[in-house]
Amino acid sequence: MKLLRTMMFVPGNNPGMIQDAGIYPCDCLMFDLEDSVAQTSKVDARYLVQQALLTIDYPQQLVVRINDPYTRQGRQDLEAIVPCQKAIIRLPKTETASDVINCAAIITELEKKYDIPINQTKMMAAIEGPTGVLNAREIALSSERLIGIALGAEDYVTSMKTTRGSGEELFFARSMILHAARIANIAAIDTVYSNVNDEEGFINEVKQIHQLGFDGKSIINPRQIKPVHDIYVPSEKEIEKALQIEAAIKEANQRGLGVVSLNGKMVDKPVVERAKRTIALAMASGALKEIL
Amino acid sequence: MNNVKNLSDSNKVFYDLKDAIIKSGLKDGMTISFHHHFRNGDAVINQVMSVIAELGIKNLKLAASSLIDVHEPLIEYIKKGIVTKIETSGIRGKLADEISNGLMKEPVIFRSHGNRAAAIASGELNIDVAFLGVPSTDCRGNANGFSWEEECDLLCGSIGYAMVDAKWAKKTILLTPQLAEYPNTPSSITEDQVDMIVLVNNIGDPKGIVSGATRYTKNPKELLMAEMTAKVIDAVGILKNNFSMQMGTGGASLATARFLKEIMVNKGIVASFALGGITQQIVEMHEEGLIKKILDVQSFDLGSAHSARNNRFHTVISASQYASSLKTSAVNSLDVVILSALEIDTSFNVNVLTGSDGVLRGAIGGHPDTAAGAKCSIIIAPLTRGRIPTVVKHVDTMVTEGKYIDILVTERGIAVNPQRKDLAEMIMKAGLPLKSIDELQQMAEKMVGCPKPIPKTNRIVGIVLNRNGELLDKVYQVLEEQ
Repeated sequence: MKLLRTMMFVPGNNPGMIQDAGIYPCDCLMFDLEDSVAQTSKVDARYLVQQALLTIDYPQQLVVRINDPYTRQGRQDLEAIVPCQKAIIRLPKTETASDVINCAAIITELEKKYDIPINQTKMMAAIEGPTGVLNAREIALSSERLIGIALGAEDYVTSMKTTRGSGEELFFARSMILHAARIANIAAIDTVYSNVNDEEGFINEVKQIHQLGFDGKSIINPRQIKPVHDIYVPSEKEIEKALQIEAAIKEANQRGLGVVSLNGKMVDKPVVERAKRTIALAMASGALKEIL
Repeated sequence: MNNVKNLSDSNKVFYDLKDAIIKSGLKDGMTISFHHHFRNGDAVINQVMSVIAELGIKNLKLAASSLIDVHEPLIEYIKKGIVTKIETSGIRGKLADEISNGLMKEPVIFRSHGNRAAAIASGELNIDVAFLGVPSTDCRGNANGFSWEEECDLLCGSIGYAMVDAKWAKKTILLTPQLAEYPNTPSSITEDQVDMIVLVNNIGDPKGIVSGATRYTKNPKELLMAEMTAKVIDAVGILKNNFSMQMGTGGASLATARFLKEIMVNKGIVASFALGGITQQIVEMHEEGLIKKILDVQSFDLGSAHSARNNRFHTVISASQYASSLKTSAVNSLDVVILSALEIDTSFNVNVLTGSDGVLRGAIGGHPDTAAGAKCSIIIAPLTRGRIPTVVKHVDTMVTEGKYIDILVTERGIAVNPQRKDLAEMIMKAGLPLKSIDELQQMAEKMVGCPKPIPKTNRIVGIVLNRNGELLDKVYQVLEEQ
């Protein structure tokens, strides 16, 4: 099970950060070709990220945020990144299901052109405005390429005529995105917290989104990795229970039983899924060294 | 208040530097010495040299414990033949550039702090006149790197390098802006070592002590290496009660102290002593009860300079007690030292003296002394700096021999000297990313390529001695850009 506790933004036009990004223990790197890159640097960034994908062995899961695929920039991004077969394509400012479907169609064409198995290229959609939030369910269910949806809060709060605060302003959007992700059985990633020096504020926000049920958080600095991972460590009790369920699954498999039961009670599928995730989190955090 | 009777009594006190130099008998061909406790704030070397130039004395050997950017005016004195030889532990700035380009006829002799102390004590390096700036002295020469009378702004904390010069120089001249009441004790330099005291307006700016690197870093790569280093120290079993340590002042080194502190607090471990160049971070750990004693040869920031005065178990020690190889010195009791490197090669040899362009830009300091003395010596360095590899096949200048280096921590993995299989095993057992040094070198080469050899002439501009005073390496003149 691949975890997405931390998705670290790396500006696509910063060679130093691109070169070093692999050394940090985040789960996922997101190379940005969109908002963090000035119009005059778009070509450089695209080339840099493409070459990095082709030459550097990153241990993390990789994502590239492209420019709007309805524009020439966005299509050139897809043309450069999809053939690398290394990164998930992140669609910015997704408003409707057709945004995803249209982008997926371009990707399909590229897969055909470069002899890449159809649907091998995965996608992620960022929801950054009220229309996208209200369409979250349709967006989440729009393509089998989608592995997750993410909240981009900066544009969203501006559209909502408010500013970032202690979380009330995002409660509805976060809940919509979470529900949509859970219905579609894909990941839900929370927005960035841009004040890198406010560790306390950051931790509070991560606790909040962890409790809500997000799979992880977008981050902008390696210093934000550890606080997130620390919060995502399951409790000993959770780990113990997950291990019991794991053992029960094993036993059921060995005995050829279709139903997993623990202490005489049937274990539901979502509980099995949660146990697997708990074990993955425990392993990643070092709280659990090996599964017996 | 000064005791006027004592002051007028003392034939040691001078109001004019020139008179003192004449009285010292300084002549052509002699050796003069200085300390660098004010680092880039030093005002003594330039001041003394201008008077020596005025007096027409020539052909001197200058034996400063280190030379820094502020000492650029020496270029002129070298050109005029006033200074013809230099022995030091490091040179930086414009002076270093000029020397690398062949400014001096005689090569500069580079000694570690420990070897300098040993060479002075053994008579191999004979100092005729030592000029030592001191923040406080009484009229007889009991001197310190701070004032006992009141907590004042003029201080440098330890005067550990100066203590050696004061003890062994044929003539010792202290420079100070004001006299303290007699007896200015306890004192680092004692009156029996002092021939003259000159009252001058300025000996240095304490702000120049801070190299700019003694704050906790926010650089994520340095933090990553620091955390890894702390884990390594924990993994190899050093972290026991009463262990001892020395930390450098670079960003990653300082941050290691912070991660180490966390582990020490969690495990309830207290260190017996911290040695070396001392920083505020070490002082804080001492004040929090995590380090019992501080042995301070050089205070690296104002926090540590104040602590040298105020903390009872923050002791000023001489460079000889710190690192001399003649008898035992404190480095021999170190469990772990964390050091930096400009380059480290696949035989673990370290260069901290010349840059990627072959130009002098650093200082040997106590690097070879602590590496040789400590039970475990750890180099912490990034695999590459920009487009320059740090881990290379051969260092440009060897300063510390690979046999003294046990572990290298980079952001992309840890390498252990093959002669320390015991450490490698423990690091592997702890699940830390162990790699061979050749793997790291190849990784660096894959990332930034292999730099072209540095174009040099046959002329030797520097000689690096090991801590026993034997020839270790030579620094050649760089070919100036066409």
